[in-house]
Amino acid sequence: MVESGSESYPLKRRDVATALLAERNDMLVVAGLGSTAWDATATGDHPLTFPLWGAMGGAVTIGLGLALAQTSHRVLVITGDGEMLMGLGSLATVAAQAPVNLVVCVFDNERYGETGMQLTHTAMGVSLTEVAAACGIRITGDVRSEDQLAEALPVIRNAVGPVFFNIKVRAEKLDFVLPPKNGVELKERFRLALLDDGATD
Amino acid sequence: MSNWPDGIFRVLLTLDVCQIAYVPDAGHTRLIKLCRDEPAMIAVPLTTEEEGVSLLAGAWLGGQRGVLLMQSSGVGNCINMLGLTQSCRFPLLIIATMRGQWQEFNPWQEPMGAAAGDVLSAMGVGIHEVDRPEYVEGTVQNAAVAAFAGEKAEAVLLHQKLMPVKTFGK
Repeated sequence: MVESGSESYPLKRRDVATALLAERNDMLVVAGLGSTAWDATATGDHPLTFPLWGAMGGAVTIGLGLALAQTSHRVLVITGDGEMLMGLGSLATVAAQAPVNLVVCVFDNERYGETGMQLTHTAMGVSLTEVAAACGIRITGDVRSEDQLAEALPVIRNAVGPVFFNIKVRAEKLDFVLPPKNGVELKERFRLALLDDGATD
Repeated sequence: MSNWPDGIFRVLLTLDVCQIAYVPDAGHTRLIKLCRDEPAMIAVPLTTEEEGVSLLAGAWLGGQRGVLLMQSSGVGNCINMLGLTQSCRFPLLIIATMRGQWQEFNPWQEPMGAAAGDVLSAMGVGIHEVDRPEYVEGTVQNAAVAAFAGEKAEAVLLHQKLMPVKTFGK
């Protein structure tokens, strides 16, 4: 396997997911396809988490549509660096809307984890944080350590957004923890849990 | 020019369609302006049409309806993301202005214009073609009801005859 050094990064993705989702309250969560969907599920399957089995490049814009529709809820998108790279333009679209309730956290292990751990562009010097900042996302930052994660958590939970953190996590192979696979079921249970008037209108 | 954009706008307003996602086309100029000026609507300019497919999935999760406006060249940018729409049965209303179809000055618009309906059909999107201004409003109404009540993707293809002819100054 090609190495870039991310095998020894201190933060572990499942611990990061637990930290982000432990006190979620009424937060709405979108989890990008692959490892971040498994990470979210490892913290406990939840009707107000929408895990993706596809739609690569679309996690941030799903979060944006949700954040615009539900302005009284915090919306958190967690996704991988490969998924984020496929939808870089969506950071510009987010910045143009500037939703105060939207937070994007990239779990950046510098790898395409589901396809053989090939290096992504972030292993070759691309900074997603600088892309987000250049787009005009209000709060942006890199997180590489436990201390930085502890500092970022209150910002993720409470700051006026939009917020973008690129969290460097260890490249590691973990057990699959799979969410439900039926997309209609995932959609209906989300709407049922969120909307007063039931799953469909 | 006929006032068919106003007819589309009436349908969207009446049906509580409030997230208006778009990549512009000259043919959508008036509709986009009407939507941007309407306080009950949120206009969301996109960097690529594909973003609108996922954006409106999120809108529906949050209890809002939306519409995706584009020209036919944008259809090709949406294909894989339409798998999300189909897998989860998200409602999706697309209104596309056709290029490469009628008095088209730019031949590079022809390939995607000719394929737009076929590739949408291949991804399970219902097609509603209209080429007469007096039928635009009713066609959009029909497609919108099919999308939101049936929870599936429907696309209205507005014939290039409906648009002003673009000549690039020639």
